[in-house]
Amino acid sequence: MSALFILIGISIMVAGSSLAAFIWSVGNGQYDDDYTPSVRILFDDNNSNSEKN
Amino acid sequence: MKNKTVCYHCGDECKELIVENDKNFCCNGCKQVYLLLNENNLCSYYDFDKNPGIKAMGKFTGKRFEYLEDESVLTKLALFRSDTQVNVNLALPQVHCASCVYLLEKLHQIEPGIIQSKVNFQQREVFISFNPQLISLRKVVELLAFIGYEPNISLKDNTKKSSRKTSKKQIIQLGVAGFCFSNIMMLSFPEYFSSGLIEEHGLKEVFTWLIFFLSLPVLFYSARGIFDPAFKGLRQKDINIDVPIALAIIITFARSYYEIITDTGAGYLDSGTGIIFFMLIGRWFQNKTYDALSFDRDYQSYFPLGVTVIRNGNEENIPLPKLEVDDIIITGNDEMIPADAVLVSGKANIDYSFVSGENSTQEKNPGDLLYAGGRQIGTGIKLRVIKKPSQSYITQLWNNTIFEKNKVSEDSFIHPWSRYFTLALFSIAAIAAAYWYVVDSSKVLPVITSVLIVACPCSLLLTSTFTFGNMLRIFGHNKLYLKNATVIESLSHIDTIVFDKTGTITRQEKSGISYVGIPLSGSEKVLVKYTAAQSSHTLSKTIKNYITDPASIERPEIEAFTEFPGKGIAASANGNKVQMGAATFISPGGKKTSAGNSEVHIKINDTYKGYFEVNNKYRDGISEMAASLSKQFKLHILSGDNDAERENLQRIFGKDTPIHFTVSPQEKLDYILKLQQNKANVLMVGDGLNDAGALMQANVGIAVSDNTSRFSPACDGIIDGNVVNRLSALIHYARSGRFIVSLGFTLSILYNFVGLSFAVQAKLSPVVAAILMPASSISLVAFAILASTIVARRKGVK
Repeated sequence: MSALFILIGISIMVAGSSLAAFIWSVGNGQYDDDYTPSVRILFDDNNSNSEKN
Repeated sequence: MKNKTVCYHCGDECKELIVENDKNFCCNGCKQVYLLLNENNLCSYYDFDKNPGIKAMGKFTGKRFEYLEDESVLTKLALFRSDTQVNVNLALPQVHCASCVYLLEKLHQIEPGIIQSKVNFQQREVFISFNPQLISLRKVVELLAFIGYEPNISLKDNTKKSSRKTSKKQIIQLGVAGFCFSNIMMLSFPEYFSSGLIEEHGLKEVFTWLIFFLSLPVLFYSARGIFDPAFKGLRQKDINIDVPIALAIIITFARSYYEIITDTGAGYLDSGTGIIFFMLIGRWFQNKTYDALSFDRDYQSYFPLGVTVIRNGNEENIPLPKLEVDDIIITGNDEMIPADAVLVSGKANIDYSFVSGENSTQEKNPGDLLYAGGRQIGTGIKLRVIKKPSQSYITQLWNNTIFEKNKVSEDSFIHPWSRYFTLALFSIAAIAAAYWYVVDSSKVLPVITSVLIVACPCSLLLTSTFTFGNMLRIFGHNKLYLKNATVIESLSHIDTIVFDKTGTITRQEKSGISYVGIPLSGSEKVLVKYTAAQSSHTLSKTIKNYITDPASIERPEIEAFTEFPGKGIAASANGNKVQMGAATFISPGGKKTSAGNSEVHIKINDTYKGYFEVNNKYRDGISEMAASLSKQFKLHILSGDNDAERENLQRIFGKDTPIHFTVSPQEKLDYILKLQQNKANVLMVGDGLNDAGALMQANVGIAVSDNTSRFSPACDGIIDGNVVNRLSALIHYARSGRFIVSLGFTLSILYNFVGLSFAVQAKLSPVVAAILMPASSISLVAFAILASTIVARRKGVK
């Protein structure tokens, strides 16, 4: 039964760290705009090709 | 030529073809933008979306953005400034597709001075950092405007930022509550199901104390979103729904802490934190608003930010707030007069449609007083400012006290209900306590607390937040964007609707137009078209758009174009003389043929040809809407325009509808006030600055906008021009909101009966509370969302 103490401690630490990550990501502005990043990924980085179509 | 040729850049129909690189363009401006992009290898812009461009306005050569070079403006706009880097956030309401994002994020390829640009699509904003040694802010803005994204620059203090900060705080509060609630729930299960096994090894004690500590952040951090409005209400001596909820939370936590500390029980912390978590979700759901829309613009958003003044003999462009009385200013063609002023020189032909809703222009002579908000049509004029912009005739409307306070939102009906509920609850608690005092006095306190814990009006709040939140979303799908949930309730109480005419029930841009007289030949048509194209008068524009080019005829070179403000225009091309304008302008003593409509008479080579008749066109489905609305609401029409349309309006809206013409903005406000004094609940539907006062005064003010990215005055909601005719269905839907919430409330009372029956018997164990709480919360939320969606379908609201 005493293993439970350790396990519960670990579980709270894991959950706590994900809470910390969540708070950080909100503060960091990662939820401010959930549309643009999905578009941005489509853009090519190379600037060489001018006329494709 | 059956197939419509559309512009490769902006997708508009090409009326005159400009071909470049095998691609068709509708105007030179669009071609220029294309060439610029092509030159900088940015043609992927055209791959992400079809014809993504925004109709180009051409290069900015004027001094329109010169005020951006002013130091105070720069300081105000810049988020960060150093010698080598300036960061700004610019609002670009035109952003609409992936291509926009692509182009705006590749700005650095066009202008090396731009270090980085980042789009926030949902906020319709772009963050730009540039090197001030290579490029000025003015040049950045001019570039944006050139490619079609002219920023909305506001020098007002940014309220958006602070609201975003609070919404971030709300989300974190929600996250903390969710974390603590789920862990507390997990740690509480062994207590309920282990039948005493966890008593061994001190496990129970550890669990209980863990729960104790986990509940602290919920009580002291997350629950502040509920406590704060409760205290605020108490301070204003107003028992809103948050007060009994805050009381229930305090009692739940107090009793639980007492039990834990005295080691007499496990407390109800799982239910307590759970209910806070659910209520915070509800609040967040309801408050998800339309960030990209702005509901609180005032006159400053309409006025130019910079004005050209003559100081010490030099023309310079200064920011509007720096304008002083007695300054001499220059107002060019199609520019707005920024302050009340006296005409010094030049031919003034002022279009006051923006201020008054009137459709025709007024001619003014030197020495005449010109009011701010008027638009000069024609050549530039010199003015002497006599009042500061903030004290002008039009802006005085904003000195009216209604603009200072926030609109008093009606007390939601859930607040009185929660009072009755609380009253009933206290009586039940008192009766139960009296009974137990006789039977077993040791159980008095536990019974009182369990009654108050189990029957908290939280469920009422849950139902209303989720119902109204979902309704807001459904209204949004139907292109009616409401400011917040209380507007739904105000909307359901409406019994009187006041419409503005111009721009609200009529469409300004697509006037009905027809030609009467001797038919024009192809070359005459082209001649008339391009003569009209030279003028920026609204009637000329209408005529220009009306005449389609015969493909075979070449565009004539217009020479000797003269504009006679308020009268007409004259020009010659290829030896042909053309005159267009008012009847009196074409032939001395000429008379208008019809009373109502505007007429543009045409004379070519001194032969009278005929006239174009232009009348306001009503929005589609307006008569059906008027018919269905007039059954249940009293309708009124206020128009700043003259009474030319009286007959048409009376036919559409019925003989009994009061229609008032030439109403000033202040009179509109007073009219609404008078209706309200007669106990009417007024919905004002309007569009322009001239309706701003009335929109503010009305119980609900809805602004009509044909393009939601355009400016609309301060209001409670913005409706898309195309769905104005569905107003009737939308108001009916708003009315059903109250019904849904009432049903949900009835349902929650049933749950409360179950809970209370345990509580009054002093049998409310934590496990009963822990089952009842989530069961009732989740089923109520599901009910609220399902019911509001189903009712929407039934009412014909998608």
